[in-house]
Amino acid sequence: MCGIAGLYLKSEALQSQLGHHLSGMLEQLSDRGPDSAGAAFYRDPAPAGSSKVVLYSDDPGYDWRGLAAELGLAFGEVDGPAMRATHAVFVVDADAFEVEEWLNQRRPELRVMSAGTTIEIFKQEGLPKLLIERFGIERLDGTHALGHTRMATESRVTTQHSHPFSTGLDLCLVHNGSLSNHNRLRQKLRREGIRFMTDNDTEVAAGYLTWRMREGASLEQALEGCLDDLDGFYTFAVGTVDGFAVLRDPIACKPAVMAENDDWVAMASEYRAISVLPGAEDAETWEPEPGRVYSWTTARAVA
Amino acid sequence: MATDVATEALVVDLATESVRELNQRLHDQGVPHSVRILNPGGKHAIAVGIDQPLEVEIAGHVGYYCAGMNKHATVRVHGNAGVGVAENMMSGTVVVEGSASQSAGATARGGLLVVHGDASARCGISLKGADIVVRGSVGHLSAFMAQTGTLVVCGDAGEALGDSLYEARLYVRGSVAGLGADCVEKEMGDEHLQQLRELLELAGVDDVQAEDFRRYGSARQLYNFHIDNVGSY
Repeated sequence: MCGIAGLYLKSEALQSQLGHHLSGMLEQLSDRGPDSAGAAFYRDPAPAGSSKVVLYSDDPGYDWRGLAAELGLAFGEVDGPAMRATHAVFVVDADAFEVEEWLNQRRPELRVMSAGTTIEIFKQEGLPKLLIERFGIERLDGTHALGHTRMATESRVTTQHSHPFSTGLDLCLVHNGSLSNHNRLRQKLRREGIRFMTDNDTEVAAGYLTWRMREGASLEQALEGCLDDLDGFYTFAVGTVDGFAVLRDPIACKPAVMAENDDWVAMASEYRAISVLPGAEDAETWEPEPGRVYSWTTARAVA
Repeated sequence: MATDVATEALVVDLATESVRELNQRLHDQGVPHSVRILNPGGKHAIAVGIDQPLEVEIAGHVGYYCAGMNKHATVRVHGNAGVGVAENMMSGTVVVEGSASQSAGATARGGLLVVHGDASARCGISLKGADIVVRGSVGHLSAFMAQTGTLVVCGDAGEALGDSLYEARLYVRGSVAGLGADCVEKEMGDEHLQQLRELLELAGVDDVQAEDFRRYGSARQLYNFHIDNVGSY
Protein backbone atom coordinates (compact mmCIF):
# COMPACT_ATOMS: atom_id res chain seq x y z
CA MET A 1 0.00 0.00 0.00
CA CYS A 2 1.13 3.55 -0.75
CA GLY A 3 -0.61 6.90 -1.04
CA ILE A 4 -0.57 9.25 -4.01
CA ALA A 5 -1.73 12.84 -4.21
CA GLY A 6 -1.73 15.25 -7.11
CA LEU A 7 -2.99 18.81 -7.14
CA TYR A 8 -3.15 21.15 -10.10
CA LEU A 9 -4.33 24.70 -9.43
CA LYS A 10 -6.46 26.42 -12.03
CA SER A 11 -6.96 29.44 -9.79
CA GLU A 12 -3.93 31.74 -9.56
CA ALA A 13 -5.24 33.00 -6.24
CA LEU A 14 -4.61 29.58 -4.70
CA GLN A 15 -1.00 29.28 -5.88
CA SER A 16 0.44 30.76 -2.70
CA GLN A 17 -1.33 27.96 -0.76
CA LEU A 18 -0.21 25.01 -2.89
CA GLY A 19 2.11 23.68 -0.18
CA HIS A 20 -0.54 24.05 2.48
CA HIS A 21 -3.09 22.08 0.47
CA LEU A 22 -0.65 19.36 -0.61
CA SER A 23 0.44 18.99 3.02
CA GLY A 24 -3.17 18.43 4.05
CA MET A 25 -3.52 15.75 1.37
CA LEU A 26 -0.29 14.00 2.40
CA GLU A 27 -1.26 13.90 6.07
CA GLN A 28 -4.54 12.19 5.13
CA LEU A 29 -2.46 9.53 3.35
CA SER A 30 -0.17 8.86 6.33
CA ASP A 31 -1.82 5.51 7.09
CA ARG A 32 -1.26 4.32 3.55
CA GLY A 33 2.48 4.95 3.66
CA PRO A 34 4.29 5.63 6.93
CA ASP A 35 7.77 4.56 5.67
CA SER A 36 8.73 7.59 3.60
CA ALA A 37 7.19 10.63 2.04
CA GLY A 38 8.00 12.90 -0.84
CA ALA A 39 6.70 15.74 -2.96
CA ALA A 40 7.39 17.37 -6.30
CA PHE A 41 6.58 21.05 -6.65
CA TYR A 42 6.38 23.02 -9.87
CA ARG A 43 7.28 26.55 -8.83
CA ASP A 44 9.50 29.56 -9.26
CA PRO A 45 10.72 28.96 -12.86
CA ALA A 46 14.43 29.47 -13.53
CA PRO A 47 15.26 32.40 -15.87
CA ALA A 48 15.35 31.59 -19.59
CA GLY A 49 18.52 29.70 -20.48
CA SER A 50 19.05 28.62 -16.86
CA SER A 51 18.13 25.38 -15.19
CA LYS A 52 17.22 24.26 -11.69
CA VAL A 53 18.58 21.16 -9.98
CA VAL A 54 17.73 19.71 -6.57
CA LEU A 55 20.58 17.69 -5.03
CA TYR A 56 20.68 15.34 -2.07
CA SER A 57 23.60 14.23 0.05
CA ASP A 58 23.42 11.80 2.96
CA ASP A 59 26.34 13.72 4.54
CA PRO A 60 24.84 16.42 6.79
CA GLY A 61 28.12 18.37 6.65
CA TYR A 62 28.34 18.35 2.87
CA ASP A 63 30.19 21.36 1.43
CA TRP A 64 27.39 22.87 -0.65
CA ARG A 65 29.10 26.27 -0.80
CA GLY A 66 32.20 24.63 -2.26
CA LEU A 67 29.99 22.98 -4.86
CA ALA A 68 28.37 26.33 -5.67
CA ALA A 69 31.82 27.85 -6.25
CA GLU A 70 32.83 24.99 -8.55
CA LEU A 71 29.56 25.18 -10.47
CA GLY A 72 30.21 28.92 -10.85
CA LEU A 73 33.64 28.25 -12.34
CA ALA A 74 32.18 25.71 -14.76
CA PHE A 75 28.98 27.48 -15.83
CA GLY A 76 29.14 31.13 -14.79
CA GLU A 77 26.24 32.44 -12.76
CA VAL A 78 24.92 30.18 -9.96
CA ASP A 79 22.09 30.86 -7.53
CA GLY A 80 22.23 28.63 -4.44
CA PRO A 81 22.41 26.58 -2.45
CA ALA A 82 18.86 27.21 -1.21
CA MET A 83 18.76 24.58 1.53
CA ARG A 84 15.74 22.49 2.46
CA ALA A 85 16.77 19.94 5.08
CA THR A 86 19.15 17.49 3.31
CA HIS A 87 18.35 18.89 -0.13
CA ALA A 88 20.00 21.82 -1.91
CA VAL A 89 18.38 23.78 -4.75
CA PHE A 90 20.69 25.40 -7.34
CA VAL A 91 19.81 27.56 -10.33
CA VAL A 92 22.62 27.37 -12.87
CA ASP A 93 23.08 29.43 -16.04
CA ALA A 94 23.35 26.39 -18.30
CA ASP A 95 21.36 23.62 -19.91
CA ALA A 96 20.01 21.08 -17.39
CA PHE A 97 21.49 18.12 -19.31
CA GLU A 98 24.96 19.68 -19.14
CA VAL A 99 24.64 20.40 -15.42
CA GLU A 100 23.44 16.86 -14.71
CA GLU A 101 26.25 15.35 -16.78
CA TRP A 102 28.82 17.53 -14.98
CA LEU A 103 27.42 16.47 -11.59
CA ASN A 104 27.47 12.80 -12.55
CA GLN A 105 31.13 13.08 -13.59
CA ARG A 106 32.41 15.36 -10.85
CA ARG A 107 30.15 14.64 -7.89
CA PRO A 108 28.98 11.02 -8.23
CA GLU A 109 28.30 10.93 -4.47
CA LEU A 110 25.37 13.33 -4.95
CA ARG A 111 21.92 12.26 -6.03
CA VAL A 112 20.13 14.53 -8.49
CA MET A 113 16.58 14.49 -7.13
CA SER A 114 15.20 16.59 -9.96
CA ALA A 115 16.39 18.68 -12.88
CA GLY A 116 14.63 21.05 -15.22
CA THR A 117 13.36 24.59 -15.07
CA THR A 118 10.58 24.51 -12.47
CA ILE A 119 10.47 21.11 -10.74
CA GLU A 120 11.70 20.65 -7.15
CA ILE A 121 11.61 17.14 -5.61
CA PHE A 122 11.98 16.66 -1.86
CA LYS A 123 11.78 13.28 -0.15
CA GLN A 124 13.00 11.34 2.85
CA GLU A 125 12.26 8.46 5.22
CA GLY A 126 9.53 8.84 7.80
CA LEU A 127 5.98 10.12 8.08
CA PRO A 128 4.67 12.88 5.83
CA LYS A 129 4.37 15.09 8.92
CA LEU A 130 8.15 14.96 9.29
CA LEU A 131 8.72 15.83 5.63
CA ILE A 132 6.30 18.74 5.87
CA GLU A 133 8.05 20.13 8.96
CA ARG A 134 11.68 19.61 7.91
CA PHE A 135 11.29 20.85 4.34
CA GLY A 136 8.82 23.66 5.06
CA ILE A 137 6.38 22.12 2.56
CA GLU A 138 3.42 24.10 3.99
CA ARG A 139 4.92 27.39 2.81
CA LEU A 140 5.78 26.36 -0.75
CA ASP A 141 3.89 28.03 -3.56
CA GLY A 142 3.54 26.86 -7.15
CA THR A 143 1.17 25.85 -9.91
CA HIS A 144 0.96 22.13 -9.23
CA ALA A 145 2.44 19.41 -7.07
CA LEU A 146 2.53 15.66 -6.60
CA GLY A 147 3.01 13.81 -3.33
CA HIS A 148 3.61 10.27 -2.18
CA THR A 149 3.53 8.30 1.06
CA ARG A 150 5.34 4.97 0.85
CA MET A 151 4.73 1.59 2.39
CA ALA A 152 7.68 -0.34 1.00
CA THR A 153 7.13 -3.77 -0.54
CA GLU A 154 9.78 -4.23 -3.23
CA SER A 155 12.94 -2.62 -1.87
CA ARG A 156 14.58 -0.87 1.08
CA VAL A 157 13.35 2.19 2.93
CA THR A 158 15.81 5.00 2.19
CA THR A 159 15.58 8.53 0.85
CA GLN A 160 16.85 7.28 -2.51
CA HIS A 161 14.15 4.60 -2.67
CA SER A 162 11.41 7.15 -1.95
CA HIS A 163 9.08 8.73 -4.47
CA PRO A 164 8.71 10.90 -6.55
CA PHE A 165 11.29 9.58 -9.02
CA SER A 166 12.62 11.94 -11.63
CA THR A 167 11.87 10.71 -15.15
CA GLY A 168 13.63 13.42 -17.10
CA LEU A 169 13.65 17.19 -17.16
CA ASP A 170 10.69 18.62 -15.24
CA LEU A 171 9.13 15.14 -15.14
CA CYS A 172 8.48 12.87 -12.18
CA LEU A 173 6.58 9.73 -11.28
CA VAL A 174 4.78 8.53 -8.16
CA HIS A 175 3.47 4.99 -7.93
CA ASN A 176 1.11 2.92 -5.82
CA GLY A 177 1.54 -0.78 -6.50
CA SER A 178 4.35 -3.15 -7.36
CA LEU A 179 5.95 -4.24 -10.63
CA SER A 180 6.96 -7.82 -11.22
CA ASN A 181 9.08 -7.56 -14.38
CA HIS A 182 11.33 -4.74 -13.19
CA ASN A 183 14.59 -6.73 -13.08
CA ARG A 184 14.50 -7.78 -16.74
CA LEU A 185 13.26 -4.37 -17.84
CA ARG A 186 16.04 -2.63 -15.87
CA GLN A 187 18.64 -4.73 -17.73
CA LYS A 188 17.11 -3.77 -21.05
CA LEU A 189 16.94 -0.08 -20.15
CA ARG A 190 20.55 -0.09 -18.91
CA ARG A 191 21.58 -1.31 -22.34
CA GLU A 192 19.72 1.71 -23.72
CA GLY A 193 21.83 3.98 -21.53
CA ILE A 194 19.30 4.71 -18.76
CA ARG A 195 20.99 5.08 -15.36
CA PHE A 196 19.55 3.52 -12.20
CA MET A 197 20.58 4.37 -8.65
CA THR A 198 18.55 1.76 -6.74
CA ASP A 199 16.94 -1.67 -7.06
CA ASN A 200 13.50 -0.07 -6.75
CA ASP A 201 10.69 -1.15 -9.10
CA THR A 202 9.22 2.33 -9.52
CA GLU A 203 12.55 3.71 -10.61
CA VAL A 204 12.35 1.24 -13.51
CA ALA A 205 8.94 2.59 -14.52
CA ALA A 206 10.42 6.10 -14.34
CA GLY A 207 13.38 4.96 -16.45
CA TYR A 208 10.99 3.35 -18.93
CA LEU A 209 9.10 6.64 -19.40
CA THR A 210 12.40 8.53 -19.76
CA TRP A 211 13.56 6.07 -22.44
CA ARG A 212 10.31 6.13 -24.40
CA MET A 213 10.18 9.92 -24.44
CA ARG A 214 13.87 10.10 -25.37
CA GLU A 215 12.98 7.93 -28.38
CA GLY A 216 10.33 10.43 -29.43
CA ALA A 217 7.15 9.24 -27.72
CA SER A 218 4.79 11.81 -26.21
CA LEU A 219 4.00 11.44 -22.50
CA GLU A 220 0.62 9.94 -23.41
CA GLN A 221 2.26 7.43 -25.79
CA ALA A 222 4.88 6.51 -23.21
CA LEU A 223 2.16 5.90 -20.62
CA GLU A 224 0.16 3.80 -23.06
CA GLY A 225 3.34 1.76 -23.60
CA CYS A 226 3.28 0.91 -19.88
CA LEU A 227 0.09 -1.09 -20.49
CA ASP A 228 2.06 -3.47 -22.75
CA ASP A 229 5.53 -3.40 -21.22
CA LEU A 230 4.98 -3.28 -17.46
CA ASP A 231 3.78 -6.32 -15.56
CA GLY A 232 2.27 -5.74 -12.15
CA PHE A 233 -0.03 -3.42 -10.27
CA TYR A 234 0.08 0.31 -10.58
CA THR A 235 -1.65 3.58 -10.23
CA PHE A 236 0.78 6.17 -11.62
CA ALA A 237 0.71 9.92 -11.42
CA VAL A 238 3.22 11.75 -13.61
CA GLY A 239 4.10 15.39 -13.09
CA THR A 240 4.96 17.49 -16.14
CA VAL A 241 6.13 21.08 -16.50
CA ASP A 242 2.57 22.26 -17.08
CA GLY A 243 0.29 19.61 -15.60
CA PHE A 244 -0.04 16.00 -14.60
CA ALA A 245 -1.20 12.65 -15.96
CA VAL A 246 -2.74 9.56 -14.34
CA LEU A 247 -2.75 5.91 -15.40
CA ARG A 248 -4.10 2.79 -13.67
CA ASP A 249 -3.22 -0.75 -14.72
CA PRO A 250 -5.98 -2.62 -16.59
CA ILE A 251 -6.88 -4.78 -13.57
CA ALA A 252 -7.14 -1.67 -11.35
CA CYS A 253 -6.02 -3.31 -8.12
CA LYS A 254 -4.87 0.00 -6.72
CA PRO A 255 -7.33 2.75 -5.91
CA ALA A 256 -7.57 6.22 -7.42
CA VAL A 257 -10.10 8.99 -7.25
CA MET A 258 -10.15 12.28 -9.10
CA ALA A 259 -12.03 15.51 -8.53
CA GLU A 260 -12.31 18.82 -10.28
CA ASN A 261 -13.92 22.19 -9.72
CA ASP A 262 -13.34 25.72 -11.08
CA ASP A 263 -10.25 26.19 -8.89
CA TRP A 264 -8.36 22.90 -9.07
CA VAL A 265 -7.97 19.35 -10.37
CA ALA A 266 -6.92 16.74 -7.84
CA MET A 267 -6.16 13.02 -7.77
CA ALA A 268 -5.53 10.85 -4.76
CA SER A 269 -5.50 7.25 -3.63
CA GLU A 270 -8.49 7.94 -1.42
CA TYR A 271 -11.20 10.57 -1.33
CA ARG A 272 -10.31 11.62 2.22
CA ALA A 273 -7.14 13.23 0.82
CA ILE A 274 -9.28 15.30 -1.53
CA SER A 275 -11.83 16.13 1.17
CA VAL A 276 -9.39 18.64 2.75
CA LEU A 277 -9.37 20.85 -0.37
CA PRO A 278 -11.55 23.97 -0.52
CA GLY A 279 -14.93 23.16 -2.07
CA ALA A 280 -14.21 19.42 -2.28
CA GLU A 281 -17.69 18.40 -1.17
CA ASP A 282 -19.25 19.95 -4.28
CA ALA A 283 -16.47 19.15 -6.77
CA GLU A 284 -17.16 16.72 -9.59
CA THR A 285 -15.67 13.46 -8.31
CA TRP A 286 -15.03 10.25 -10.22
CA GLU A 287 -12.90 7.15 -10.37
CA PRO A 288 -10.46 7.02 -13.30
CA GLU A 289 -11.09 4.03 -15.55
CA PRO A 290 -8.45 1.31 -15.71
CA GLY A 291 -6.02 1.31 -18.61
CA ARG A 292 -6.83 4.85 -19.70
CA VAL A 293 -4.48 7.85 -19.71
CA TYR A 294 -5.86 11.02 -18.14
CA SER A 295 -3.87 14.23 -18.47
CA TRP A 296 -4.15 17.88 -17.58
CA THR A 297 -2.07 20.77 -18.84
CA THR A 298 -2.30 24.52 -18.49
CA ALA A 299 -3.56 24.88 -22.02
CA ARG A 300 -6.21 22.20 -22.00
CA ALA A 301 -7.96 19.61 -19.89
CA VAL A 302 -8.07 16.27 -21.68
CA ALA A 303 -9.75 13.30 -20.10
CA MET B 1 -22.98 14.15 19.76
CA ALA B 2 -26.28 15.92 20.06
CA THR B 3 -29.94 15.14 19.76
CA ASP B 4 -31.94 17.29 17.40
CA VAL B 5 -35.01 18.13 19.48
CA ALA B 6 -37.34 18.74 16.55
CA THR B 7 -36.72 15.35 14.92
CA GLU B 8 -35.41 13.42 17.93
CA ALA B 9 -32.50 12.36 15.74
CA LEU B 10 -29.02 11.71 17.01
CA VAL B 11 -26.62 14.03 15.22
CA VAL B 12 -22.95 13.06 15.05
CA ASP B 13 -20.40 15.44 13.55
CA LEU B 14 -17.32 13.55 12.38
CA ALA B 15 -15.37 16.81 12.18
CA THR B 16 -15.23 16.69 15.98
CA GLU B 17 -15.98 13.08 16.92
CA SER B 18 -14.25 9.84 15.97
CA VAL B 19 -15.66 7.09 13.79
CA ARG B 20 -15.05 4.69 16.67
CA GLU B 21 -17.28 6.75 19.00
CA LEU B 22 -19.93 6.95 16.29
CA ASN B 23 -19.95 3.22 15.64
CA GLN B 24 -20.11 2.47 19.36
CA ARG B 25 -23.21 4.68 19.61
CA LEU B 26 -24.76 2.85 16.65
CA HIS B 27 -24.15 -0.48 18.41
CA ASP B 28 -25.51 0.70 21.78
CA GLN B 29 -29.05 -0.14 22.88
CA GLY B 30 -31.45 2.79 23.20
CA VAL B 31 -29.89 4.96 20.51
CA PRO B 32 -32.49 7.18 18.78
CA HIS B 33 -34.10 5.49 15.78
CA SER B 34 -32.93 8.24 13.48
CA VAL B 35 -29.24 9.16 13.16
CA ARG B 36 -27.66 11.89 11.08
CA ILE B 37 -23.91 11.91 10.40
CA LEU B 38 -22.25 15.16 9.37
CA ASN B 39 -18.83 15.82 7.78
CA PRO B 40 -17.94 12.23 6.89
CA GLY B 41 -14.96 13.58 4.89
CA GLY B 42 -14.25 10.27 3.16
CA LYS B 43 -13.42 8.53 6.45
CA HIS B 44 -13.34 4.74 6.48
CA ALA B 45 -15.63 2.26 8.25
CA ILE B 46 -18.49 4.68 8.93
CA ALA B 47 -21.66 3.01 10.29
CA VAL B 48 -20.15 -0.46 10.26
CA GLY B 49 -21.64 -3.43 12.10
CA ILE B 50 -25.08 -2.01 12.94
CA ASP B 51 -27.42 -4.69 14.31
CA GLN B 52 -30.69 -2.82 14.83
CA PRO B 53 -33.33 -1.17 12.62
CA LEU B 54 -31.94 2.38 12.58
CA GLU B 55 -32.39 5.03 9.89
CA VAL B 56 -28.93 6.47 9.26
CA GLU B 57 -28.35 9.45 6.97
CA ILE B 58 -24.79 10.41 6.03
CA ALA B 59 -24.36 13.94 4.70
CA GLY B 60 -21.42 13.65 2.31
CA HIS B 61 -18.85 11.30 0.79
CA VAL B 62 -17.64 8.23 2.70
CA GLY B 63 -14.44 6.16 2.51
CA TYR B 64 -13.93 2.40 2.61
CA TYR B 65 -16.35 -0.25 3.94
CA CYS B 66 -19.22 2.10 4.81
CA ALA B 67 -22.17 0.18 6.31
CA GLY B 68 -20.21 -3.06 6.20
CA MET B 69 -21.87 -6.06 7.89
CA ASN B 70 -25.08 -4.07 8.12
CA LYS B 71 -28.01 -5.85 9.75
CA HIS B 72 -31.56 -4.41 9.85
CA ALA B 73 -30.56 -0.75 9.42
CA THR B 74 -31.22 1.59 6.50
CA VAL B 75 -28.09 3.60 5.70
CA ARG B 76 -28.27 6.36 3.12
CA VAL B 77 -25.10 8.04 1.81
CA HIS B 78 -25.74 11.49 0.35
CA GLY B 79 -22.56 11.39 -1.69
CA ASN B 80 -20.08 8.87 -3.11
CA ALA B 81 -18.81 5.75 -1.37
CA GLY B 82 -15.28 4.31 -1.35
CA VAL B 83 -14.20 0.69 -1.71
CA GLY B 84 -16.43 -2.06 -0.29
CA VAL B 85 -19.63 -0.22 0.60
CA ALA B 86 -22.08 -2.62 2.35
CA GLU B 87 -19.55 -5.44 2.19
CA ASN B 88 -20.87 -8.53 3.89
CA MET B 89 -24.25 -6.89 4.52
CA MET B 90 -26.62 -9.34 6.25
CA SER B 91 -29.94 -7.49 5.89
CA GLY B 92 -31.39 -3.98 5.74
CA THR B 93 -30.86 -1.41 3.02
CA VAL B 94 -27.88 0.67 1.96
CA VAL B 95 -28.40 3.49 -0.55
CA VAL B 96 -25.60 5.46 -2.20
CA GLU B 97 -26.91 8.62 -3.86
CA GLY B 98 -23.68 9.13 -5.79
CA SER B 99 -21.27 6.57 -7.21
CA ALA B 100 -19.54 3.68 -5.47
CA SER B 101 -15.93 2.54 -5.81
CA GLN B 102 -14.73 -1.05 -6.25
CA SER B 103 -16.19 -4.14 -4.60
CA ALA B 104 -19.54 -2.60 -3.70
CA GLY B 105 -21.66 -5.18 -1.88
CA ALA B 106 -18.82 -7.72 -1.78
CA THR B 107 -19.84 -11.04 -0.17
CA ALA B 108 -23.14 -9.50 0.97
CA ARG B 109 -25.51 -12.17 2.30
CA GLY B 110 -28.81 -10.31 2.41
CA GLY B 111 -30.52 -6.95 2.19
CA LEU B 112 -30.58 -4.44 -0.64
CA LEU B 113 -27.78 -2.19 -1.92
CA VAL B 114 -28.80 0.62 -4.27
CA VAL B 115 -26.21 2.74 -6.08
CA HIS B 116 -27.76 5.67 -7.93
CA GLY B 117 -24.57 6.55 -9.81
CA ASP B 118 -22.06 4.08 -11.21
CA ALA B 119 -20.41 1.25 -9.34
CA SER B 120 -16.84 0.40 -10.19
CA ALA B 121 -14.98 -2.89 -10.75
CA ARG B 122 -15.87 -6.07 -8.85
CA CYS B 123 -19.36 -4.92 -7.88
CA GLY B 124 -21.05 -7.81 -6.04
CA ILE B 125 -17.90 -9.95 -5.98
CA SER B 126 -18.60 -13.24 -4.21
CA LEU B 127 -22.21 -12.18 -3.65
CA LYS B 128 -23.92 -14.53 -1.20
CA GLY B 129 -27.58 -13.58 -1.27
CA ALA B 130 -28.04 -9.82 -1.26
CA ASP B 131 -29.73 -7.84 -4.02
CA ILE B 132 -27.79 -5.02 -5.69
CA VAL B 133 -29.36 -2.43 -7.98
CA VAL B 134 -27.03 -0.05 -9.82
CA ARG B 135 -28.70 2.84 -11.62
CA GLY B 136 -25.57 3.48 -13.73
CA SER B 137 -22.88 1.11 -14.96
CA VAL B 138 -20.54 -1.40 -13.30
CA GLY B 139 -16.85 -2.05 -13.97
CA HIS B 140 -14.93 -5.18 -14.83
CA LEU B 141 -15.23 -8.51 -13.01
CA SER B 142 -18.57 -7.65 -11.46
CA ALA B 143 -20.34 -10.58 -9.76
CA PHE B 144 -17.11 -12.59 -9.86
CA MET B 145 -17.83 -15.96 -8.19
CA ALA B 146 -21.22 -14.67 -7.08
CA GLN B 147 -23.01 -17.53 -5.36
CA THR B 148 -26.57 -16.37 -4.94
CA GLY B 149 -28.48 -13.10 -4.90
CA THR B 150 -29.13 -10.62 -7.69
CA LEU B 151 -27.19 -7.90 -9.50
CA VAL B 152 -29.28 -5.45 -11.52
CA VAL B 153 -27.38 -3.01 -13.74
CA CYS B 154 -29.43 -0.33 -15.49
CA GLY B 155 -26.40 0.87 -17.48
CA ASP B 156 -23.51 -1.14 -18.95
CA ALA B 157 -21.28 -3.87 -17.53
CA GLY B 158 -17.48 -4.03 -17.95
CA GLU B 159 -15.23 -6.94 -18.97
CA ALA B 160 -15.63 -10.45 -17.53
CA LEU B 161 -19.12 -10.07 -16.09
CA GLY B 162 -20.05 -13.00 -13.86
CA ASP B 163 -16.74 -14.82 -14.16
CA SER B 164 -16.88 -18.23 -12.41
CA LEU B 165 -20.46 -17.55 -11.45
CA TYR B 166 -22.52 -19.89 -9.26
CA GLU B 167 -26.27 -19.33 -8.90
CA ALA B 168 -26.56 -15.53 -8.69
CA ARG B 169 -28.86 -13.83 -11.22
CA LEU B 170 -27.53 -10.94 -13.27
CA TYR B 171 -29.72 -8.47 -15.17
CA VAL B 172 -28.11 -5.86 -17.43
CA ARG B 173 -30.01 -3.24 -19.42
CA GLY B 174 -27.11 -1.84 -21.44
CA SER B 175 -24.12 -3.40 -23.15
CA VAL B 176 -21.85 -6.03 -21.65
CA ALA B 177 -18.18 -5.58 -22.60
CA GLY B 178 -17.58 -9.30 -22.13
CA LEU B 179 -18.83 -12.32 -20.22
CA GLY B 180 -16.51 -14.12 -17.82
CA ALA B 181 -15.79 -17.84 -17.76
CA ASP B 182 -18.94 -19.94 -17.45
CA CYS B 183 -21.29 -16.94 -17.62
CA VAL B 184 -23.92 -17.07 -20.36
CA GLU B 185 -26.99 -15.16 -21.42
CA LYS B 186 -30.20 -16.85 -20.35
CA GLU B 187 -33.82 -16.55 -21.32
CA MET B 188 -35.88 -13.95 -19.50
CA GLY B 189 -38.99 -15.69 -18.16
CA ASP B 190 -42.04 -14.24 -16.41
CA GLU B 191 -40.55 -15.18 -13.07
CA HIS B 192 -37.45 -13.11 -13.87
CA LEU B 193 -39.40 -10.11 -15.15
CA GLN B 194 -41.45 -10.20 -11.98
CA GLN B 195 -38.34 -10.31 -9.78
CA LEU B 196 -36.76 -7.48 -11.73
CA ARG B 197 -39.84 -5.28 -11.46
CA GLU B 198 -39.99 -5.82 -7.72
CA LEU B 199 -36.32 -4.97 -7.26
CA LEU B 200 -36.53 -1.83 -9.42
CA GLU B 201 -39.54 -0.69 -7.42
CA LEU B 202 -37.80 -1.40 -4.12
CA ALA B 203 -34.80 0.59 -5.34
CA GLY B 204 -37.01 3.50 -6.40
CA VAL B 205 -35.97 3.23 -10.06
CA ASP B 206 -39.08 4.03 -12.10
CA ASP B 207 -37.76 5.24 -15.44
CA VAL B 208 -36.59 1.93 -16.92
CA GLN B 209 -38.58 -1.05 -18.14
CA ALA B 210 -37.91 -4.59 -16.96
CA GLU B 211 -38.42 -5.74 -20.58
CA ASP B 212 -35.30 -3.80 -21.65
CA PHE B 213 -32.96 -5.98 -19.56
CA ARG B 214 -31.15 -9.17 -20.50
CA ARG B 215 -30.47 -11.93 -18.06
CA TYR B 216 -27.13 -13.68 -17.47
CA GLY B 217 -26.30 -16.65 -15.31
CA SER B 218 -24.04 -19.64 -14.85
CA ALA B 219 -23.63 -22.25 -17.56
CA ARG B 220 -22.94 -24.63 -14.64
CA GLN B 221 -19.93 -26.17 -16.34
CA LEU B 222 -17.27 -24.96 -13.93
CA TYR B 223 -18.50 -26.20 -10.59
CA ASN B 224 -20.15 -29.34 -9.29
CA PHE B 225 -23.70 -28.29 -9.75
CA HIS B 226 -26.27 -30.93 -8.88
CA ILE B 227 -29.93 -30.30 -9.63
CA ASP B 228 -31.01 -32.09 -6.43
CA ASN B 229 -29.22 -29.44 -4.39
CA VAL B 230 -30.60 -26.41 -6.25
CA GLY B 231 -32.43 -25.20 -3.15
CA SER B 232 -29.26 -24.82 -1.16
CA TYR B 233 -27.20 -22.73 -3.60
